[in-house]
Amino acid sequence: MSASFSTSAARNMFYGGSTFFFLIFLALTYNTEQQLPKRDQRAQLDNPAVVAGKRLWENNNCVGCHTLLGEGAYFAPELGNVYKRRGPDFIKAWIKAQPTGTPGRRQMPDFHFSDKDLDDIVAFLKYASEINTANWPPNIEG
Amino acid sequence: MQYKSQIVAKHYFVGALVLFVAQILFGLVMGLQYVVGDFLFPAIPFNVARMVHTNTLIVWLLMGFMGSAYYLVPEESERELYSPKLAIAMFWIFLVAAGLTVIGYLSVPYATLARVTGNDLLPTMGREFLEQPGITKIGIVVVALAFLFNLSMTFLKGRKTAITSVMLIGLWGLAIFFLFSFVNPDNLVRDKFYWWWVVHLWVEGVWELILGSILAFVLIKITGVDREVIEKWLYVIITLTLITGILGTGHHYFWIGAPEYWQWFGSVFSALEPIPFFAMTLFAFNMVNRRRREHPNRAATLWALGTGVMAFLGAGVWGFLHTLAPVNYYTHGTQITAAHGHMAFYGAYVMVVLTMISYTMPLMRGRAANSNAAQVMEMWGFWLMTIAMVFITLFLTAAGILQVWLQRVSETPLGFMATQDQVALFYWLREGAGLIFLIGLLTYLASFFKGEKAAG
Repeated sequence: MSASFSTSAARNMFYGGSTFFFLIFLALTYNTEQQLPKRDQRAQLDNPAVVAGKRLWENNNCVGCHTLLGEGAYFAPELGNVYKRRGPDFIKAWIKAQPTGTPGRRQMPDFHFSDKDLDDIVAFLKYASEINTANWPPNIEG
Repeated sequence: MQYKSQIVAKHYFVGALVLFVAQILFGLVMGLQYVVGDFLFPAIPFNVARMVHTNTLIVWLLMGFMGSAYYLVPEESERELYSPKLAIAMFWIFLVAAGLTVIGYLSVPYATLARVTGNDLLPTMGREFLEQPGITKIGIVVVALAFLFNLSMTFLKGRKTAITSVMLIGLWGLAIFFLFSFVNPDNLVRDKFYWWWVVHLWVEGVWELILGSILAFVLIKITGVDREVIEKWLYVIITLTLITGILGTGHHYFWIGAPEYWQWFGSVFSALEPIPFFAMTLFAFNMVNRRRREHPNRAATLWALGTGVMAFLGAGVWGFLHTLAPVNYYTHGTQITAAHGHMAFYGAYVMVVLTMISYTMPLMRGRAANSNAAQVMEMWGFWLMTIAMVFITLFLTAAGILQVWLQRVSETPLGFMATQDQVALFYWLREGAGLIFLIGLLTYLASFFKGEKAAG
């Protein structure tokens, strides 16, 4: 690099540039927060079952195998749209039937959920499926 | 080694390498579970193996960064570390906390761990990479604050160089953004939005400052090129990193419920994200070509060059591959992501820590460089691990492309598990490459015990 471009000029560019772009990031974050009420189905959070379902999702580390809106592990199916793919009754029956014990197949542990737990999980997955995700995933298979 | 207190780094590096072995062993378990689904079930379900694999990675890289900082800051500041005792105490606290957390993952169901550690009081668990119980998270904050206090005091009382300034900004940023791991709104969209403030702003932001400063330090030492030149490069690289990386966060906001304009911001700025990595590769090769002396530690030079190349390929090229919104629409959350993640973490962060270990370990053991035989063995470790990682990445990419095709593009899309069955061949190949990686790691570790006689 040429001698006319000094280290202190480079340093100032670093401090100025990163501060500038971080401020833009904060401004966009503010704007996003303003727009989210139209997209994130927050009214459903008034239903305690949805919040309880999210806790069950977290407390059992479901994201350690599944993805949710594409984030998580890639070992088990996407569940952001599973409510639309399978419906509530299938989801509950499926969880209750685990683990399948089929030799060589991937296994989901038995989490000993109560009927209320299962209703809460379904409520949470229904909520997740109704978030405006810009039309993702590409098809019902997730 | 110019200052006695630099020796505390050795603890951190040994601890890091032990956790590295654990990380790889659990990676092999997971790789096998992809094709033999019930392997070790129910003793070690996949999610448990994955938590151990990713959490040990994070912790050993943090240990590597801490060790690097404890070595680098005294030498750059030209004074002893403020408190070597505090540094050693924090090492043991960190190691024991990490060990207990892993034992917790392995010995009781995760829900039990969540209950007994009070996750109800402040729910933060069960989110990818942030699975640690609340007390572990608080422990990480305490260790990080003690570490930053120790280093900042050393820095403030000594010579202030560009390298230490950048490293401390990176480390303070790491600690500050980790605080977002305590933020977990009930609203799933907001939860995901701020989750990335830890995950993305770490690996595509402040960690790169740490990476750049470590690389700059090692390059000054092994090439003898003027500090002025290297520091200027460092500033240019990290400027490019942050002006692309901060708004590049947007590439995670495409499909989680955030407004559509993020597809534009995310695509444009993350398309620029390979540039700083390309600059880093140029930087490393340029400095080595302009070297003013032949440093006896050739293995360290190899690691430094390798970091530039592999970080560019993994973080830059493989990141760009699926970062544009129209492409990401199909590849989001598939094996393509896994492929990118593997090579990016190895190329950028694993390799830079191993670069620092390669340069400093002989010095801390009282010699300028290891014997020729030991260096040859270390370089075998380098090539085995690096080539194995290239193949892991290629096999996962092949699996990912097939997965996208069968599950998302085809006229008659298959379900997730049916697709997984179709791509099993590539999972088997990945597992084979993983075994080679383990052999490479063991070779690398064996080089520490080879030949006591110093070279050069």
